[in-house]
Amino acid sequence: MMYFSRMKTTLILGACLLGVLFGVPNLFPSPAPWMPWRTVHLGLDLRGGSYLLLEVDMKAVLKERLDSLADGVRQALRGSQIFYQTLEPQPDQNRVLLRLRDASKTEAAVASLKPLISQDASTGQPDMVIGSDPDGTITLTLSATALAARAAGAVDQSIEIVRRRIDETGVLDPQITRQGQDRIVVQLPGVGDPDRIKQLIGKTAHMTFRLVDETANPAAGGPPPPGDDFLQMQDRPGEKIAVRKRIDVDGADLTDARAGTSPETGDWVVNFTFNSVGARRFADISRANVNHRFAIVLDDKVISAPVIREAITGGRGQISGSFNAQSANDLSVLLRAGALPAPLTVVEERSVGPELGADSIRAGAISLTAGFVLVIAFMGFFYGLFGWFANLALVINLLLMLGIMSLLQATLTLPGMAGILLTLGMAVDANILINERIREEQKLGRPPLAALEHGFNRAYSTIFDSNATAFLAHVMLFVFGSGPVRGFAVTITVGIATSLFTAWMLTRLLVSRWYIATRPKLLPV
Amino acid sequence: MFIKPRFRLVPDNTRIHFMRGRYMGLIVSAVLSLASLFMFFVYPGLNLGIDFSGGVVMEVRTNGPADFAQIHAALSAEHIPAQGVQRFGDASEVLVRLGAQSSEQGTQAAVARVRAALEKGVPGARIVRTDAVGASVSAELFRNGLLALGISLLMILVYIWFRFEWQFAVGAVVTLVLDITKAIGFLALTRIEFDLVMVAAILTVLGYSTNDKVVVYDRVRENLRKYKSMPLRELIDLSINETLNRTLGTSMTVFLASLPLALFGGESISGFAWVMLFGIVVGTSSSIFIAAPILLFLGEHRLRREAAAPVTPPSGGSSVTPAAGAPAKAAPTKSAPAPSGAAPSGAAPSGAAKAGATKAGAAKGGAARATTAPRR
Repeated sequence: MMYFSRMKTTLILGACLLGVLFGVPNLFPSPAPWMPWRTVHLGLDLRGGSYLLLEVDMKAVLKERLDSLADGVRQALRGSQIFYQTLEPQPDQNRVLLRLRDASKTEAAVASLKPLISQDASTGQPDMVIGSDPDGTITLTLSATALAARAAGAVDQSIEIVRRRIDETGVLDPQITRQGQDRIVVQLPGVGDPDRIKQLIGKTAHMTFRLVDETANPAAGGPPPPGDDFLQMQDRPGEKIAVRKRIDVDGADLTDARAGTSPETGDWVVNFTFNSVGARRFADISRANVNHRFAIVLDDKVISAPVIREAITGGRGQISGSFNAQSANDLSVLLRAGALPAPLTVVEERSVGPELGADSIRAGAISLTAGFVLVIAFMGFFYGLFGWFANLALVINLLLMLGIMSLLQATLTLPGMAGILLTLGMAVDANILINERIREEQKLGRPPLAALEHGFNRAYSTIFDSNATAFLAHVMLFVFGSGPVRGFAVTITVGIATSLFTAWMLTRLLVSRWYIATRPKLLPV
Repeated sequence: MFIKPRFRLVPDNTRIHFMRGRYMGLIVSAVLSLASLFMFFVYPGLNLGIDFSGGVVMEVRTNGPADFAQIHAALSAEHIPAQGVQRFGDASEVLVRLGAQSSEQGTQAAVARVRAALEKGVPGARIVRTDAVGASVSAELFRNGLLALGISLLMILVYIWFRFEWQFAVGAVVTLVLDITKAIGFLALTRIEFDLVMVAAILTVLGYSTNDKVVVYDRVRENLRKYKSMPLRELIDLSINETLNRTLGTSMTVFLASLPLALFGGESISGFAWVMLFGIVVGTSSSIFIAAPILLFLGEHRLRREAAAPVTPPSGGSSVTPAAGAPAKAAPTKSAPAPSGAAPSGAAPSGAAKAGATKAGAAKGGAARATTAPRR
């Protein structure tokens, strides 16, 4: 137990040295820019910043899928001249329900709907099942796996779009990650007030260009005619306009959008450019509908509904509404970044201003120093030389912890700082157990070396058992906790590991060296 | 100061009959825990933080001491039903709290409205912290917090069961549950907000308190092997006395480490530290007065195979009065390894081998093997 081979000594000291090397940068500012100076990541609660938890509206994803499926059904049936009574998406049963006027055409209808089925790319399974009844009822039910794949796709796509939108705002290293099935975590260091970001990611920004139905009048009341929607005008609350359901050009066909001012009026506008598909379609539509109105619809609100004066063939256009510099700029950002597949809701927000973060760091540092001094004084007074061995190990332990956390790129939060302090308090517990045991063994009349042997040896299982349970508890905290509390769990688990090393290996090495050097008749325990 | 220890927390050869107070300890603990449960379920209940209740908390700083009338006016001008506007830490810091909103959008709208109201009505006010938690998230956080606590307890139970006998595991976990209820009672009484950080505090107390119990139990286990015929009650008393310096010393270090956090850690972490301090005191006393008696009740006839033949002279030596001092202390030591050598584990020469080993190398091999063998 008390014998250390040269190899082992080197390994232990080497590990300590490495730990110190990686840990020390956390205690001092970088002396020169060229030096590698890797420090622990500060959590948002310490450096200031915002944490947003977003939820993807999966109902909207499903609804949109069913709507587009219903659209496909409509077109397929129109193509084969089959008429239907009702065509209804039923989101709670993941299906579209269809009733034919003429039940005898059921088989023909099913045959014409077959092309709507597509195979899942990875499993080769069909993505829906078409069921039919002789009475003319047909159901198209989406499979669970296809829906799950679609949901996962929607989250991935949302992350991409959110990232693009946030990048446009110039926030430095934002972190955008997926959490669970339908959530996205957005971390924005340095952003104490995330209002603007929330506004940017709170919009789906699905833009469509559709024709206005000039025959229908929303003010007359009653439901919109089939194939039409009554949509709100953005600038004139309460006023609605009849817009065709059919989407002529989609915002996805935009390649660029920039805010600018109109040369004629001086108002803020958004200039956009279509890709080739969009340009061609827009040209066709505008050519066929000169002197009619078309609507620019953003998230089910009509931004503007100008009259087409001539065919627009250049693939360029301009949106004018009542914009100011900020809103024109925001809209252009949204259009450039693309539409979200589904609305996002902020379900949790935590933001801390840099001022409070700095205060927390100061309070944490004061507590850490005071606690450290108290523990060191206690060990020195109550355990003498062996206490000072433990204290030396404690300093190394602190540096090792910081070093490992720097290497792991772990995040240090305010509860994490509390965790460091608690770990230091618990780390010397191992030394207390060892020292008490050595003392006991010496009292039993054992010579110094045997007392040391027994002390370290017998204390070991106690130390291991007591740390193992604490370790388990904090792993659970990491698994189930979130945010700053996770930072706490990380520091404690890292601390338990390093303190086992310093208490068990390092102090033993120190004591052994001391014993060889002095050969005392009696141990000062 | 640098070589010899200056103080001892307690003298070495204490002979306190802790087990005499076992009923007292259990009754006091049960009463405290029942009172805690009453405070938790009936009145006043836990002061749930927004992590678990949902809602909005905003920390506001003003230039100079906060003018509460002004803040109230600013909020009510915008028809914001702030549940509490309270001082938080120093005089220029104010906490604005809004209850759970009906929907996630409602929560977000509330944040924006408070921000706007304060910007308009309170010049120089800065919002330095915003926490807004929607209802679905808070329910989830609460469930996860309980899961973390429950699974940790279960794992501790299994671990101690695995490493000790089942009586130890049950004793430890029952004690831990009693400790946790008291910690919750403490939270209810002090009105410290119960949030995720508090779950962390309780889990830490749990882990820490287990440490303490393991120290005592470990000694009981060792003494069970060493003194084959000592009655369990005496043996537990002996074990507690022998480990008293450890139990108190390890508690002391964690207490000293937590104290500055409670005093200087700032508003958001001091609640955590107070729970830690409370938990350390409770955990330490429960190791002695609760965990040990439970072990006694559970193990009276089981941990001792052939129950209590009258105490035989060799092990009776350990109940000699403390006045006997060091030379007398050596006597039971010499005789103690003898019964342990007769243990069925077959590690007969362990005591002798260790006593004879003086050279480092020899001790390394011999001792390691001899001591690990009986532990299996």
